[in-house]
Amino acid sequence: MADNSYIYADARIHVHESTMLNAAFMEQLLSAPDEAACLKLLQEHGWGAPGMAAEAMLEGETAKTWELIAELVPDLSVFDVFRYESDYHNLKAAVKEACTAGKHPGIYLHDGTVEPEKLEESLTARDFDALPEEMREPARHALDTLLQTRDGQLCDCIVDRAALTAIRSAGERSGSELLALYGEITAAVGDLKIAVRALATGKERDFMELSLAPCATLDAGRLADAATDSMESLAAYLSSTRYAGAAEELKKSSTALECWCDNYMIEQIRPQLHNVFGLDPLAAYILGRRMEIRSVRIILTGKRNEMADAEIRGRVRMTYV
Amino acid sequence: MENMGIFFALLGASCSALMSGIGSALGVGKAGQAASGVVTEDPSKFSKVLILQLLPGTQGIYGLLIAFITLTQIGLMGGGSSDLSLTKGLLYFAACMPMAFVGLISAIAQANASISSIALVAKKPDQFGKAMIFPAMVETYAILALLISILSVFGISSLSI
Repeated sequence: MADNSYIYADARIHVHESTMLNAAFMEQLLSAPDEAACLKLLQEHGWGAPGMAAEAMLEGETAKTWELIAELVPDLSVFDVFRYESDYHNLKAAVKEACTAGKHPGIYLHDGTVEPEKLEESLTARDFDALPEEMREPARHALDTLLQTRDGQLCDCIVDRAALTAIRSAGERSGSELLALYGEITAAVGDLKIAVRALATGKERDFMELSLAPCATLDAGRLADAATDSMESLAAYLSSTRYAGAAEELKKSSTALECWCDNYMIEQIRPQLHNVFGLDPLAAYILGRRMEIRSVRIILTGKRNEMADAEIRGRVRMTYV
Repeated sequence: MENMGIFFALLGASCSALMSGIGSALGVGKAGQAASGVVTEDPSKFSKVLILQLLPGTQGIYGLLIAFITLTQIGLMGGGSSDLSLTKGLLYFAACMPMAFVGLISAIAQANASISSIALVAKKPDQFGKAMIFPAMVETYAILALLISILSVFGISSLSI
């Protein structure tokens, strides 16, 4: 049965999809001689305003996406799953702020679901009940760990695991097939990146157990076993999962793996280009725009730092349209 | 019991208009939402999406046509005898059912196809001709039901039962 709740919104989003950057435009950006030429091309496409700095332009595009979605969806909390990343980043920052003397301005992101000031107050006062339910235990655990061990990395692992778990649960709860898939892939890819980093730095299995979030498409136990063994074991395990494509990228570099993870997400959301019912096309548009902005940021940064075109091209993500 | 014939015939005519009308109202309404979405972003596509929006509206007209013909045949419109046997009344009722049910379901199905076509036109306006064909295919079944209902209603009047 078709979901009739978002017919108007889906139709508007499908019109907006036709203004998204496609692979040909990305090639044009890559062929541009420098950052200024890229910015000019983007301005001609409707991004930012003349003379606008790169970062302001990218922030403006992110804001434009959310303004459009806010206009179309009466209750934005259905997309909280996309904002948890910022929440848990802020939680990490607040835990560290609570354990160190003085204030550190500019450490918080302001696009989460919880006000950073509220997070900071709760952690300073150790009032964990004031936090959202899913954040209480990780916040307490991370704060205690940092106070007792002064191990910032361990504290980050606790919060990162909680973030992946929260994103996956929120996706499942949303009732949207795409958001559930997003939650699952985010958790799995997060685990995969943790495993690769742990292998590279020679971490123990205990550390892996503490860091890996549960997910349905990867077996945390087997992943931890493989990651404590060797890169070949990790690649062999991944080859037996739906993330087999990542096994090849593992051998290249961590950048190639990051790129593969984002491209995998894009491949999974692309069918929504032809879906005209429900919340999923809207969620896919948000993700598509996020990837598009990420790719433009990579190109602009590459051009600014005079990186070779081939090197930049290798990092640019697949486009949604 | 002697008046039940006219009751069933009238029930059939009402169902034909009612169910097809409901289907068309839902269908045109849903397609209208999609059309509004496209026109909000690109007003130049108004005429194209309007045609696609109206496609699920035909079932309501077919249902109304069957209701009119039935009412005329049983003498409730245009005068004539309204003395109808129970058997004949039930036959009229049965004759109206294809249009009633197919009208309801095909209008909703056609609306879904129209919404997809509106999205197609939103991205590729030059494909309007092809976009029209997909929802129009659903129309076939509404027309088949209309034919059967018309033939049945006219056929019943010639029966002497």
